[in-house]
Amino acid sequence: MMLEILHPGILTLIQDLGRYGYQHMGVTTGGPMDEHAFLWANRLLGNPLDAAQLEITFGGLSLQAHSDTWIALTGADLGAHINKRPVRPWRTYSIARGDRIDFSAPLTGLRAYLAVSGGIQTPSKLGSRATVSREGLGALDGAGAKLAKGDRIPIGKPTPITDTSVPYSDIPDYDKPLRLGVVPGYQYQHFSQSARARFFSGEYEVSQNIDRMGYRLTGEAIRCDLDGIVSEGIAYGAIQIPADGQPIVLMKDRQTIGGYPKIGSLSALGAGQLAQRGPGALVSFYPIDVADAEARRLIFNQRLRKGPPGIGK
Amino acid sequence: MRIEPVNESTCIVYFGDQISDETANLVRQATATIRRTMADVVTDLVPSYTSVLVCYDLERTDRFGISSRLRRALEQEAGDTAVETTSQVLELPVYYGQEVALDLEDVCEFSGLSRDDVIRTHSEQTYRVYAIGFSPGFAYLGTTDPRIAIPRKSSPRLRVPSGSVGIAGSQTAIYPSATPGGWQIVGRTPSKMIDWESESLALVQVGDRVKFRAIDREEFIELGGQFDDA
Repeated sequence: MMLEILHPGILTLIQDLGRYGYQHMGVTTGGPMDEHAFLWANRLLGNPLDAAQLEITFGGLSLQAHSDTWIALTGADLGAHINKRPVRPWRTYSIARGDRIDFSAPLTGLRAYLAVSGGIQTPSKLGSRATVSREGLGALDGAGAKLAKGDRIPIGKPTPITDTSVPYSDIPDYDKPLRLGVVPGYQYQHFSQSARARFFSGEYEVSQNIDRMGYRLTGEAIRCDLDGIVSEGIAYGAIQIPADGQPIVLMKDRQTIGGYPKIGSLSALGAGQLAQRGPGALVSFYPIDVADAEARRLIFNQRLRKGPPGIGK
Repeated sequence: MRIEPVNESTCIVYFGDQISDETANLVRQATATIRRTMADVVTDLVPSYTSVLVCYDLERTDRFGISSRLRRALEQEAGDTAVETTSQVLELPVYYGQEVALDLEDVCEFSGLSRDDVIRTHSEQTYRVYAIGFSPGFAYLGTTDPRIAIPRKSSPRLRVPSGSVGIAGSQTAIYPSATPGGWQIVGRTPSKMIDWESESLALVQVGDRVKFRAIDREEFIELGGQFDDA
């Protein structure tokens, strides 16, 4: 029961929902950059929602199945092929022993998820299989090493499924201009009226500096009354404004505490949508109440758990 | 105490605006109380100098539920004078030798003190662990003697060897693993700051007190100290 890596691609990581309960020791959560796509992949296969998967960024991955199983592909369309036949994300595929799966390059979005029936069964460290290379946690060896050619990834026993796909209305369009709700918070009061207005009316471009730790955006500079703050815990999706006024959105591999002022925070689902955008994409923000973010997440959870995935193609 | 929402599954509790022992005590006590009484809804806690970030499970509670439970738990605790939090004083051996104290010369120049005086000044103080973050087990200790409070390097090192003991302004810290970093390195400890195989993982916790003990080269080697941890 395993998948063999024929070519590791640009950045392929083993991720589950993340490592929780250790942030007080400086251990970051890790986990999928796009929870929406990750959760749906497990849901399609009937896996536990936190089962480990492959997060494939930019493409270039090739792998071979050494047993019969089912997979689900969600998230970015990275030009996936199964035995040279082009396949689309947001649905399940039956895989026979010896089948080969190749990803080329992004057609839409940035990060694809490949879930396998029964989940990836690599060693768990501090309660999670999530890979955070910087911290030497997760991955095939449990110590954060990059996936390499010839690696054999153990997978669980498959559970038979009927081919299913994600309901059309739950498939995001990653090419569409992104407007993200921000819960004002943290040092929000220390940004002047005009700074806030600039932030919420401007358009920001995703820069070249994007990784699993943070997304640097460029656009109208925003100033805060404070130079720095007493270092404090950083939430997933928090928007830091350093001295140059250019926002940095903190992502799954963020440092646990930091000392830059923050204007507010995205929701987890909002940060996940940002994670599917590459350099040059445009993003704008609007203020939302925390109640709004809460309601949207609960609706998402409800649809994910109880909503009927569309059957067949 | 101020409880503020951050996003749909996170809030932050502020206990003050300035770094002080008193605020640090409140943070320490609150962290222990939340951990003890709210484990059913809290998924993660990030205590720092003046605040505690609280991550919770939205399926089990919401913004109203979490803040009323926090308020109840923390106010009750504040009124309960019987609660004593003990903090351990941990002694950490540090070798301040030339081959590992990469920036000690700069600290001498900054302070006008001799090598021995810098070492004595750094190691005679008892420090408090104010926060742990940046990387696993990286403990922010305060506060250094103002004479040796040298600012961060203007350009960070690409790789600070693990165990390095550094100074940045009024703070001092130990790098648990080799990472990039801009603190001024004055020595190296042979102690393992983080051990993934141990029960407690990190050697020190927020609220603990730390004292450095200067050791010689021989003892450094004897305690398992490494000169190159490549």
